[in-house]
Amino acid sequence: MGFFLETVFGGLMAGMLYALVALGFVLIFKASGVFNFAQGAMVLFAALAMARFSEWIPRWLGFDSLLLANLLAFVAAGACMVAVAWLVERLALRHLVNQEGITLLMATLGIAHVLDGAGQLLFGSATYKIDVGMPKDPFIVLENTFEGGLLLSKEDLYAAVAAGALVALLTLFFQKTRTGRALRAVADDHQAAQSIGIPLGRIWVIVWSVGGLVALVAGVIWGSKLGVQFSISLVALKAFPVVILGGLTSVPGAILGGLIIGVGEKLSEIYLGPFLGGGIENWFAYALALAVLLIRPQGLFGDKIIDRV
Amino acid sequence: MKFQMQCAAMAMAVASAVGGMSIASAQTAEQFVPLLVYRTGQFAPLGIPWADGKQDYLKLVNARDGGVNGVKLTYEECETAYDAAKGVECYERLKGKGSGASGFDTQSTGITFAVTDKAFVDKVVVETPGYGLSQSVDGTVFEWNFPLLGTYWTAADVMIQDITKKEKGSLKGKKIALVYHDSPYGKEPIPLLQKRAAADGFELSLFPVTPPGVEQKSTWLQIRQQKPDYVLFWSAGVMTPAGIREAQASGYPREKLYAIWWAGSDHDVKDIGAGAKGYNAITIHNSAAKDKVHDDLRKFVYDKGQGTGAPTGIGSLAHTRGMMISMLQVEAIRAAQDKYGKGKPLTPEQVRWGFENLDLSADKLKALGFGEVMRPVKTSCANHMGDDWARIVQWDGGKWEVKSDWYQSDKKFIDPLVKEYAAKYAKDKNIKTRAC
Amino acid sequence: MFYRENGQFKSSYRADLGLFPIAQDRWAMVALAVVAFVAVPLLASDYAFRAVLIPFLILSLAAVGLNILVGYCGQISLGTGAFMAIGAYAAYNLQVRIEGMPLLLSILGGGLAATVLGVLFGIPSLRIRGLYLAVATLAAQFFTDWFTNRVKWVTNDSSSGSVSVNSLQILGYSFTSPAERYLLCLALVVVFGLLAKNLVRGAIGREWMAIRDMDVAAAVIGIRPVYAKLTAFAVSSFIVGIAGALWGFVHLGAWEPAAFGIDKSLQLLFMIIIGGLGSIAGAFFGAAFIVLLPLLLNHVPHWLGLPLSTATASHLEHMIFGALIVFFLIVEPHGLAKLWSTARQKLRLWPFPH
Repeated sequence: MGFFLETVFGGLMAGMLYALVALGFVLIFKASGVFNFAQGAMVLFAALAMARFSEWIPRWLGFDSLLLANLLAFVAAGACMVAVAWLVERLALRHLVNQEGITLLMATLGIAHVLDGAGQLLFGSATYKIDVGMPKDPFIVLENTFEGGLLLSKEDLYAAVAAGALVALLTLFFQKTRTGRALRAVADDHQAAQSIGIPLGRIWVIVWSVGGLVALVAGVIWGSKLGVQFSISLVALKAFPVVILGGLTSVPGAILGGLIIGVGEKLSEIYLGPFLGGGIENWFAYALALAVLLIRPQGLFGDKIIDRV
Repeated sequence: MKFQMQCAAMAMAVASAVGGMSIASAQTAEQFVPLLVYRTGQFAPLGIPWADGKQDYLKLVNARDGGVNGVKLTYEECETAYDAAKGVECYERLKGKGSGASGFDTQSTGITFAVTDKAFVDKVVVETPGYGLSQSVDGTVFEWNFPLLGTYWTAADVMIQDITKKEKGSLKGKKIALVYHDSPYGKEPIPLLQKRAAADGFELSLFPVTPPGVEQKSTWLQIRQQKPDYVLFWSAGVMTPAGIREAQASGYPREKLYAIWWAGSDHDVKDIGAGAKGYNAITIHNSAAKDKVHDDLRKFVYDKGQGTGAPTGIGSLAHTRGMMISMLQVEAIRAAQDKYGKGKPLTPEQVRWGFENLDLSADKLKALGFGEVMRPVKTSCANHMGDDWARIVQWDGGKWEVKSDWYQSDKKFIDPLVKEYAAKYAKDKNIKTRAC
Repeated sequence: MFYRENGQFKSSYRADLGLFPIAQDRWAMVALAVVAFVAVPLLASDYAFRAVLIPFLILSLAAVGLNILVGYCGQISLGTGAFMAIGAYAAYNLQVRIEGMPLLLSILGGGLAATVLGVLFGIPSLRIRGLYLAVATLAAQFFTDWFTNRVKWVTNDSSSGSVSVNSLQILGYSFTSPAERYLLCLALVVVFGLLAKNLVRGAIGREWMAIRDMDVAAAVIGIRPVYAKLTAFAVSSFIVGIAGALWGFVHLGAWEPAAFGIDKSLQLLFMIIIGGLGSIAGAFFGAAFIVLLPLLLNHVPHWLGLPLSTATASHLEHMIFGALIVFFLIVEPHGLAKLWSTARQKLRLWPFPH
């Protein structure tokens, strides 16, 4: 029983991390209608920027404080992501207005290649460290109730809290600020929004910047957990089932989808895995998402697809 | 405007159609060494110091000795990103360069599988020190493969020997887990471990990790549940630090972790620092040692600004391994030149003879600057591995410490397995075994 | 001036419905066939065969298969690598386990196995559409990755998971030299290319296109979506499976499951988008572009004499590849096939401007 709870908890935490990445997808899809295949590459680019700047800035400016280095690196990496968003809008999105979904998808794949290459060219392809002072050692609770206690990871808990805070912040942003309202207007209907004077290009830059900053937070958390290397861009592949399970247009869907996929994945690997030889987590997540889609083709909270003939 | 853009696009398409062919290179009195590397992709952290080491040693030989008996070594790197198709493309492009490729260190078990069949036909050497097909030790079947210095079977055997020593001689009833990269690389040690488990009475459990191995939480949760006495770690690239961090997060004592040589170098643990304290790794011969060759490298190459990587990389285990591999390549060329004519470029067949007749005595190794790093190596027609030696090193939070004495694998386990798998390979591929 | 159909009158319906109604097109095709079957084997180098022509042929066959599914029927699929893998492994098992199995039958068997998987994973398309379907097909991809890695009998109990094929023999004739292998691939590509072209020109092809354009309206006028979608998956997977068997047998020789991963699926998708969705010729253009571009990018530093490290060259190659994808999508979203057909239209009027 104890181990089952541990697994569930581990799954919930892993799910929150996937949800962090999925959030970026949902934001960009909601406001610009583009399924951003480059989200993984953006997480990688942001994490590389953070890792390298936190290494270089103390050297350039000649001080020692880790906290200051991390803060400055975070700001610098954030600025990089805004620059990337601006470039993507200027060079790619602006010219691809009104294209079909699959064309936009392929364009983001192209952007992913560019970001992968540029990130590694600028920052390197070895493994780098992000040290934001997260506790690394295990944290055992309830030793009296369960034999051996329940293993919790403090780092994952902090990550989950960070993800939750980010979602709250984004919800506030969307509901209470003018820009947030403009973003929702654009998501609803591009043409109507344009006709009342909302500048589409600028909105897209903002959306992609927000997506980039979400990628930065996700990159910092994943990077702190695992080290920053090219393979981190592949965690985006884990976030796809989360997005389609929750629905492409729903932020709470991304969180709930993340939790479901995380728990489902871990439980399947530990309880079903040994009968099948192990290593089943990857495809099980997708199979789970597929099963839900067969019942609700638009995901749990996605917008119903209405066709006009 | 749009039409002009379309014309530009067409022109580019045509240009790329015309430009896809390779260029012939001129024949000169030099010996060509192809360098298949991966400086990008999921294994880049391992591949970069390895590639740097390989190239650095060749530069050293050219700078310090003027080549091999006056024949300069030329080399060209080709990026494979650990992908078999790219590896095959690099192989095809470089096999005929110069007087013929002196030998391919593919740096990947997967690429080795793909290239071995072609090497038989093309008659080029594939040297796989410390990786590759473990059964290719048998030179009667594998004429062109040279798994020098050790294979995954010898490594797994030595790890079991060291664990047996720690457990005071008996592994009966103990549990040993293998956490491995789910690919031909990770699966290699399994036959030997299964044999050993049957003979020594320990329980072997297998935990495959889906590449690239970034997500290992469920694996280590299962390990926490099953509490194996020791965990053997067959990973590489980003999977290694991810695994060690998960081990730390789930509280598995790092002293019980034994990593294969590709998972045991400085880049794997230095970012984790004290969190990886106690992590054990096996070294191929003694790649953790520093010796005269490192000093020579600094003096003749790095001080002149010709170094391939950063000077801080000199002496890291992965870098030293790269240098060892290049050294074996150079000594094979030298041995072949002694037979076929000093001072002239050699064909791949001649270099193959050199690989098969390596005789590196302790004095020779000392003269080359590898006296502390390697023990004597002698290959023969039937034994393409030479003498496998290994030591166990441990990370103390800041550096690697050699913890054990020299081990050699137990041939009573290795030899029958090699014979069995080599015979199966020969039967599957219709290879006539050579007489030795 | 040259490319006009003046004076070419058809005197039978059969002639009118021909594949190449314009005589110049027919001559061009004959010339292309002569070049492909006769000139290239005589002139091309071994390296050109192994690194350029054979991959180009096999990947264009796979792209034709994928184009049928994505371009003609509108079902986005990211699981093509899985179908190639099933084709390759099924063909391998047939070849290795059955004594004296003819090579062509093994390859066709691989295609049939891929068809079964394709129909199975096509069933969700009856309920799920668009981007959701794209991500759902990734389930097929990752499941097959795991399946070929884990299940021992797929790899004939190979302890390492790597399999290889020795020799390619048809009726006792051994295909050993690269030129012979090239001709084998070329023959199969021509046969299946013609098959695909005729299918899409026929009734079933029109049903696929109707489903692609507006599936609700298509259902209203009596086209059965189940039949159309599942046949699209079936035909597409068959061709992709054959291409997969060829990729393993002829190009790689020895392979492991990672050879057919998600990178392959994305590469094929790139090919058909760049080449042109909904166009058989587009599959060939796209395959040529994607096969040649990395080689060209690899050689440019040599030609310019720039001493780039392999890592830098590789990263630059990635960036330029991505940038060119975006560039092509902006300039010609309908792909190289559209550029080609525009060029042909202009050629009809040449030398007159309009």
